Amino acid sequence: MRIVNQPISKIDGMDITTGKPVYTDDLAHGHELAVKILRSPYAFARIKAINLEKASRIPGVECILTYQDVPKTRFTMAGQSYPEPSPYDRLILDEYVRYVGDEVAIIAAVDEKAAEKAMKLIKVEYEILEPVLDFEKAIGHPSVVHPEGDVTVNMDIGMDKTKNIASSCKIEVGDVEAELKNSDVVVEGTYYTQAQAHAMMETYRALTYFDHNGRLTIVSSTQIPFHVRRIVARALQIPMGRVRVIKPRIGGGFGGKQTASVEVFPALVTLKTGKPAKIIYDRRETFACTTSRHAMRITVRLGADKEGNIKAIDMQALSDTGAYGEHAPTVFAVAGYKTLPLYGKARAVRYMGHAVYTNKMPAGALRGYGVTQGTFALESAINELAAKLQMDPAELREKNIIREGDAHPVLGETPEGKPVVLASSALDRCIKRGKELIGWGEKYPRKVVSDTKVRAVGMAITMQGSGIAGIDTASAVIKLNDDGFYTLLLGSTDMGTGSDTTMAQIAAEVLETTMDKIIVHAADTDISPYDTGSYASSTAYVTGNAVIKAAEDMKKKIIEAGAKLFGVDSEEIEFDGEFVRAINKHQSLSLDEMARRLISGEGKLQLVGTGTFGGDTSPPPFIAGFAEVEVDTETGKIDVIEYVAVVDCGTMINPNLVRIQVEGGLVQGIGMAMYEDVKYSERGKMQTDTFMQYKIPCRKDIGKITVDFEPSYEPTGPFGAKSVGEVVINTPSPAIAHAVYNAVGVNIRNLPITPEKVIMGIMEKK
Amino acid sequence: MQIKVTINEKMMELEAPYDEFLMDTLRRYGFLSVKKGCNTGSCGLCTVWLDGKPVLSCSVLSVRVNGRNITTIEGVQKEAREFADFLVKEGADQCGFCSPGFIMTVLAMKRELSNPTEEDIIHYLTGNLCRCTGYQGQLRAIKKYLGVV
Amino acid sequence: MFTIQDYVVPGTLEEAYRILTAKRNNTILGGCGFLRLGSQRIGTAIDLTNLNLNFIEEYDQVIEIGAMTTFRDLETSPLLKGYFNGLLPQAVKHIVGVQLRNIVTVGGTVYSRYGFSDLITALLSLEAEVELFKTGRVSLENFLENASEKDILVKVIIPKTAKKAVFNSMRNSQSDYAIVNVAVSKEGDRWLLVAGARPHRAKIARKASLFLANSSLSSEDIEHAANLAISELTFGSNMRASQKYRETVCKVLLKRAIGEVLACK
Repeated sequence: MRIVNQPISKIDGMDITTGKPVYTDDLAHGHELAVKILRSPYAFARIKAINLEKASRIPGVECILTYQDVPKTRFTMAGQSYPEPSPYDRLILDEYVRYVGDEVAIIAAVDEKAAEKAMKLIKVEYEILEPVLDFEKAIGHPSVVHPEGDVTVNMDIGMDKTKNIASSCKIEVGDVEAELKNSDVVVEGTYYTQAQAHAMMETYRALTYFDHNGRLTIVSSTQIPFHVRRIVARALQIPMGRVRVIKPRIGGGFGGKQTASVEVFPALVTLKTGKPAKIIYDRRETFACTTSRHAMRITVRLGADKEGNIKAIDMQALSDTGAYGEHAPTVFAVAGYKTLPLYGKARAVRYMGHAVYTNKMPAGALRGYGVTQGTFALESAINELAAKLQMDPAELREKNIIREGDAHPVLGETPEGKPVVLASSALDRCIKRGKELIGWGEKYPRKVVSDTKVRAVGMAITMQGSGIAGIDTASAVIKLNDDGFYTLLLGSTDMGTGSDTTMAQIAAEVLETTMDKIIVHAADTDISPYDTGSYASSTAYVTGNAVIKAAEDMKKKIIEAGAKLFGVDSEEIEFDGEFVRAINKHQSLSLDEMARRLISGEGKLQLVGTGTFGGDTSPPPFIAGFAEVEVDTETGKIDVIEYVAVVDCGTMINPNLVRIQVEGGLVQGIGMAMYEDVKYSERGKMQTDTFMQYKIPCRKDIGKITVDFEPSYEPTGPFGAKSVGEVVINTPSPAIAHAVYNAVGVNIRNLPITPEKVIMGIMEKK
Repeated sequence: MQIKVTINEKMMELEAPYDEFLMDTLRRYGFLSVKKGCNTGSCGLCTVWLDGKPVLSCSVLSVRVNGRNITTIEGVQKEAREFADFLVKEGADQCGFCSPGFIMTVLAMKRELSNPTEEDIIHYLTGNLCRCTGYQGQLRAIKKYLGVV
Repeated sequence: MFTIQDYVVPGTLEEAYRILTAKRNNTILGGCGFLRLGSQRIGTAIDLTNLNLNFIEEYDQVIEIGAMTTFRDLETSPLLKGYFNGLLPQAVKHIVGVQLRNIVTVGGTVYSRYGFSDLITALLSLEAEVELFKTGRVSLENFLENASEKDILVKVIIPKTAKKAVFNSMRNSQSDYAIVNVAVSKEGDRWLLVAGARPHRAKIARKASLFLANSSLSSEDIEHAANLAISELTFGSNMRASQKYRETVCKVLLKRAIGEVLACK
């Protein structure tokens, strides 16, 4: 391969890094109405009255909208393929406010100052209700978070909103209870994961205006332009054809921008006033008024025989979806679907439970999407099982993991009703290589460094998927331009990952051309071909396959057009990327010349190649992660000395970009494991709503990061590729928890693993 | 209040309310490279140079820069692109939103420290958060750029 | 959101003081690192930029640090690196990042008596004094404990002693605020044990300091001194840590700092 699998620089890299004005706010012309949101100070309340009299008299105020001014059709902000599994449980503004920060009124004014001044003068009378703040007490709580009668669902998601149950799920293979009963050794543990924040550097923002055709145009920092178009159309009750969504460069997403958290507000203002509007969430709103990872409690029971053959896995889960159900059923289910198959030798597996409503900020999509939570629980339990069996945890895994060629019912079902076969996996090699790199043999389990310092190692493995099988699709369009270069039109959304570049690499590889001949355009719903968007680890795999199809289609059309120009059959034409040749006639034509002739009066032919792809399976990438930590036994301070991750993501389309995905994801995972704590006040106000209080890792917090690859070849993937974007975040929490256990004998089952928890654990042991 | 400032070696007269911070004034006057990441002085995205020193423009009142020198990445494009080339070759550009402030800090570090060690580099750049890269690729780029072994 | 109605750059301290006291909400600007976090309604903001208060100067008996001196100036000062085992540069170097330390000032921090401050803890262990324009010179300890009239902090004065000193702090993320911080100094038999970010403002543990001075400095004595310090100082809980954890860690940090001071050459 000439271009695929090469470390090619990102095509937008030089411009985005040196400050070119290419992000959403940079594209505003400066005269948009400033849109601000008045937010609820209460976790749960009903609005009795709103008095706008004083506020609307502030000079410069254009409009103030309340729940009385919005359409009465409930919708979801979750960016998912229609029909969305997420419940339609919210209005743009509602009579009920369901968390501290929920929207009460939208204020639009000529500038921020006027809007803020008006906001302070709005008088709201609330009937304060008893909030549901503890998700473990949500089911059957006297307060019902969604008492309204008009919540609807597109499918049976196991909702029982009178009990605050947003969704329910059960995955079961075999007889778990019987297998547990027959196991020599059973371990049980309950694990908690916190509501991690995405903390992308560019906060949420969108600007809206009517274009020259009277169509509502939304420029948004989003991962899901096509879903935003549909969500906004439903929320505003206008036809989808009247909405256009443009995605410029994005300053990070991590799944946060897979939920349309802000677009409806300026869109409504523009719809009501006819004027351009802009909303920019500050960091506090980004932390406290959008979405986070679903906090979860998972109780795991594992059964094994004395030799360490795992017989049963049981996971009972509870997920906190907060005030609204964005991504509630899917995140919940995925936590089981992408963990249970890991230990393919188990005879019976089960994952079940509920996502519940509470009066806290809604949860949503975040890199890992439930798998991170499930992996912390399952992998921690596996490590505890190894301890109980007095077996090396690496050996326990090597004995039980699913291997290439194994079938597993939780991976899915073939059209013939058989369990899907794992077509590619190098997980066994990942574990082996990881052990070598971390020095497992000599370092496991611990080494005492001094009176107060102990070093130890820990490990975890994980899998994810590549796109959503049978649901999500992507299309690509390639246009041949009149000088022999191509435009690649995409609906996927490069949020910094470099997917525009990797897609261009794939197109250039198939078309046997160079990177400079491929112009990438993405994304504008008026122009781009449909793509569900960049989420669910989909772009490399799903969009990548669509690009191959489009490029092959283009190639075929070039050959056909050449045949026509030369007056021969297509079979007699060769195309090498630069020249079209008739094999026997010694005729040849350069691509640029041919392109010029085709679009002229002579050819009258615009060549366009198209391709659409949707996966029948969701091939899992795998990682084996290893942590070496040093624990201060007097203060509990944990230093990550080294983190090793060995990755099987199939073929790497761009090794540099893949490596950075891994490193970045590991550090985000280390943040979740050790620093990123989410705290609420007693009355339900989020307290960790700034970078002063919510600590993402800084440069000094990260020890040595070692990344290596053991690629398998995924037969259904583009050039053998699988995904990498999400799987990378899953191992640090369980691996670091394991290392801490090996160091000081304390099992931290409640993230994050803070020095305080470690010390309290040590003191309890004494 | 009207202030006279030299921005990127050009004298400018700017109008800024007393309670406006430099970052907002700069963006208002079209220096769109300056990004706001946190509003609490925690992230380093808004870094510009004030009389040659890297500062958080979100925490400097505009009226206080009256008569002083401001440099944004728009004013050091050649040097910024030299370093950016190393960053991009590592794939460590990613979303790019933190890059202008990050690069301004790297270039300031290059001026301030002679022969920095890896530890010196990490210490100098600790105030620049990045959520995409995990910092490793950035460090590789800096070491190559500065010739640190 | 904070607001400023007027802004002045006075040419003398007298003028600055006159404006400061003219109205209740007139305020001296420090480094402004935390200004936007609050919702202060400032009448006249007084900028001391033109009063030449950015200095670190050495005299026979003292080192003086001007109110407008930035933390980065402290961190990189060759003079301060040479005194007290580089205590002051050590104490400020972990605070967020270079760009913030280029802004925040000694005067802004000390005058605000921030509980989380690393600098104040270190200064207390050096028995620093502050010079206030109106009140004159008072010990930093006195200044911290007693509420005072509105005044202008002009400079911090540090006696040039032969103190050996060590600063230590517990942070989870390295760029976070300290969960607890300590400074320990020793000059001859005279010890000072200071702890801050408890989360209350820094305080000298007098009893513990005195005990240590009269002890044989055995490991039992050091343990006892640290225990004394924990019992005489108050600790509290907040988002970063519980009272119990703070007490546990403070004791460890004090013991280690005492050990390090003893190891200082």
